[in-house]
Amino acid sequence: MSSHHGAPEPSPLYGVLGEFSDADLLLEAAHKVREAGYVRTDAYAPMPIHGLAEALGAKRTKLPYLVLLGGILGGLAGYGLCYYCSVIAYPMNIGGRPVHSWPAFIPVTFETTILGAAITAVLGMLALNGLPMPYHPLFNVADFNQASQNRFFICIESVDKKFDEAAASEFLRSIGATHVTSVEN
Amino acid sequence: MATTHSDQRSATAAAAESPVLAPGHSYGSITDKISSIVLTKGMSRGWLFGLAFSFMLVQVLLVSVVYLIARGVGIWGINVPVGWGFAIIIFVWWVGIGHAGTLISAVLLLLNQSWRTSINRFAEAMTLFAVVCAGMYPLLHLGRIWLFYWLMPYPNTMGLWPQFRSPLLWDVFAVSTYMTVSFLFWYTGLIPDLATLRDRAQNRFGKVTYGILSFGWRGSARHWRRFDAAYLLLAGIATPLVVSVHTVVGFDFAMSIIPGWHNTLFPPYFVAGAIYSGFAMVLTLAIPLRAAYGLQDFITDRHLENMAKVMLATSLMVTYGYVMEVFFGFYSANTYEEYLTRNRMIGPYAPAFWSLILCNTLTPQLLWFRSIRLSPVLLWCIAIVANIGMWLERFVIVITSLHRDFLPSSWGMFYPTFWDWSTYIGTIGVFLFLLLLFIRFLPVISIFEMRELLHKTEEEHDHE
Repeated sequence: MSSHHGAPEPSPLYGVLGEFSDADLLLEAAHKVREAGYVRTDAYAPMPIHGLAEALGAKRTKLPYLVLLGGILGGLAGYGLCYYCSVIAYPMNIGGRPVHSWPAFIPVTFETTILGAAITAVLGMLALNGLPMPYHPLFNVADFNQASQNRFFICIESVDKKFDEAAASEFLRSIGATHVTSVEN
Repeated sequence: MATTHSDQRSATAAAAESPVLAPGHSYGSITDKISSIVLTKGMSRGWLFGLAFSFMLVQVLLVSVVYLIARGVGIWGINVPVGWGFAIIIFVWWVGIGHAGTLISAVLLLLNQSWRTSINRFAEAMTLFAVVCAGMYPLLHLGRIWLFYWLMPYPNTMGLWPQFRSPLLWDVFAVSTYMTVSFLFWYTGLIPDLATLRDRAQNRFGKVTYGILSFGWRGSARHWRRFDAAYLLLAGIATPLVVSVHTVVGFDFAMSIIPGWHNTLFPPYFVAGAIYSGFAMVLTLAIPLRAAYGLQDFITDRHLENMAKVMLATSLMVTYGYVMEVFFGFYSANTYEEYLTRNRMIGPYAPAFWSLILCNTLTPQLLWFRSIRLSPVLLWCIAIVANIGMWLERFVIVITSLHRDFLPSSWGMFYPTFWDWSTYIGTIGVFLFLLLLFIRFLPVISIFEMRELLHKTEEEHDHE
């Protein structure tokens, strides 16, 4: 695993990964990592933990705005479709009733609004998360498969300005990591 | 500790009654127990038998559909005046069943009901498979199935566009949106669990398959936060959707001028009936499932009891609908409406009407008794009765209104044929077949949400 062919990497290391035994310890440790001035970090847990991303200093997610936009676009598309079909492409004069019969267009507009918002929510979540990503350096760590089961991890990444392998490992141990591994890129 | 107060409050309220998660579990034991159903080698005899049986029923459907394509919809019992027969009855029945899944996953999530966690995954799967069965019927009912794409708006050489003022077209949009959103909701919730299966799979095939399906999920805190946001937004979106879908199904009837259908009551009454039948189906499936796989720790008596309560409440709502239908019938001062109301109760389909009252109004009253709610066997029997009752309700609505309309010269009767029944039984086969595959190859209970539930329960214990 030591040699990685292709373009030269800025660092052979992805970062150092510390393992924590419990969700509450992970949350405490995340606060300490942030206080120590590490910025390029991430935590890994088998379930969502309230406040964990904030503890690491992550900004608010833009996802809700994207979903709002998706819903609006979906609604406009749905109404536009009804309007185009009923008024422009195939107007039918039924006893002189208006061809732009907007109340009848609401159910379809409503459904396409929902559809636009739902698709944006899922695809937006995946895109912002950079998924699908079949390979990630962390998958090289033997114990990391426990991150989806019952263990908790914090990774200080080598791209952090303050990063130093020995110091970061020592720091993770000092805040309660039971096990610290260097992650190769 | 940065825990939210609402979380603690709901957990405390939950602990007052019997638990939603049996005590003594850890993150590891939850993961082991649920994923072992999927990752065990070999297949149990009962599962194989069920799969073979349901596969046989799928073949019944295929034969029925091939014969339908060859001969046309005349093989069914439909005629003039009863142009809507089993196809519409069973379409509404299946769509209604699907609604409980969305209700459990979305509405109960928004209401912060911790008991939803262990039943939401398979209720969502049930929704998806029920909508698959429902979606087949409008297509089969077209007669010329191969022209189904005419329902879609697309530029064509005929210069035709769909009629956007018709509830039947709204249905196309409502049901296809519902199917898409149900799938997205179900799959999004599966992603972290698929990652768990990837990491626990023993063989390379399992690792690769679950690895691809999980999109490389690694449980990053930032990812979880966006995941949570997306999941909550989906729940918020799915809630009005589920109401809209059955409302549109209600519009299919209510927007017409047929006696007994032209009624403002229909949309909400249909939604209540959908929830009632859906919860009945969740109970029908959950009770054997938890017994077969020993999931009593996760699907506890509290879940069964709560679902029974929802059934009782919605049964009262549909009963209100039945009473109001009769009231409107006589209050309308309209000959046709009055005749229809009387004909329903004493006409040729009166046995179906009174059976539906027995199934949907009288039988669920047993659920007032706690001992009955806590008896899985009795509860299962009542759920089956409710499934039959809701089928009868749609039968009565569709058939009694159509068989006697305005002109006595065009009165007629509807008798289902062999092919009506074989198609119906075939869709039950498709439903069971998909469900059995799901139980074997995907986690039936949301593992990450159970871990979250455990975390909340532990926190609440720490605070005591």
